[in-house]
Amino acid sequence: MATTTSPRRTQDPPGGSDQRLGRERPIGGGELWLWLFMRISGLLLLVLALGHLLVMHLFATGAERINFGFVAVRWASPFWRTWDWMLLMLALVHGINGLRNITLDYVTRPGLRLAINMTSYVIGFTLMVLGTIIVVTFDPSKWPGAV
Amino acid sequence: MATARKTKSDYGGLYKGHPGQYSWILHRITGVAVILFLFMHVVDTALIGWGPEAYDRVVSAYANPFIHLLELGLVLAVLYHSLNGLKITLIDFFPRLVTHITGISVATAVTFALTAIPTAFIMLKQTWDLYKA
Repeated sequence: MATTTSPRRTQDPPGGSDQRLGRERPIGGGELWLWLFMRISGLLLLVLALGHLLVMHLFATGAERINFGFVAVRWASPFWRTWDWMLLMLALVHGINGLRNITLDYVTRPGLRLAINMTSYVIGFTLMVLGTIIVVTFDPSKWPGAV
Repeated sequence: MATARKTKSDYGGLYKGHPGQYSWILHRITGVAVILFLFMHVVDTALIGWGPEAYDRVVSAYANPFIHLLELGLVLAVLYHSLNGLKITLIDFFPRLVTHITGISVATAVTFALTAIPTAFIMLKQTWDLYKA
């Protein structure tokens, strides 16, 4: 699906193709689900990412106050671990699919397209696994005296 | 409404000549910038699993005033991408709103300005404090 060179079928709005602004909505299948996912995850990320930025960058001081102790206190709360994990997963899938959309629009050589997409899928998957392991298993008591 | 002339590739619409193309291209640029930052940010945060020494050494880079300016750029990119994405989603879910595209675009731009200016003010003050420290 993701790396083929077959055209993505889309549906024009009632007024004709000139009336649509931006990306056309796919007719169906996986592409339509991804189209919908981008919008739903976008709405969730609006809350998760902007909330993250407000708390970490704007209230009090910026990211310079962040250190091991700061994270240990923050991640003592299951609420923030869940928040950060949801942000991690949604942002990665949303971002990787965005890169894929851009690649499909601008890169027409099949081999290069496959290479770029595969690279970003591997990076995305690796970071999801790495991030999930760290969020779930992090235990500051392994470093007594550090907090 | 101005007619959007599209250069139609087989793989999607790359439209040219319409005011919407600027928000479209900015959406892509900010999106790519944010995902590239995210790749790095997941790795630097994951270092927490290797203990305080490794983590603190790497994230102390965020206290550098120049890095702090990049942080402002990141926050503005996320803000723009969020608000423009909200605009896209609104029009995609309620297609008849497209007749009000000009008003919605102006509202998006005004909202961005009203949130970006205080954000920049707060973060530039943080940068200044870091520079003095």
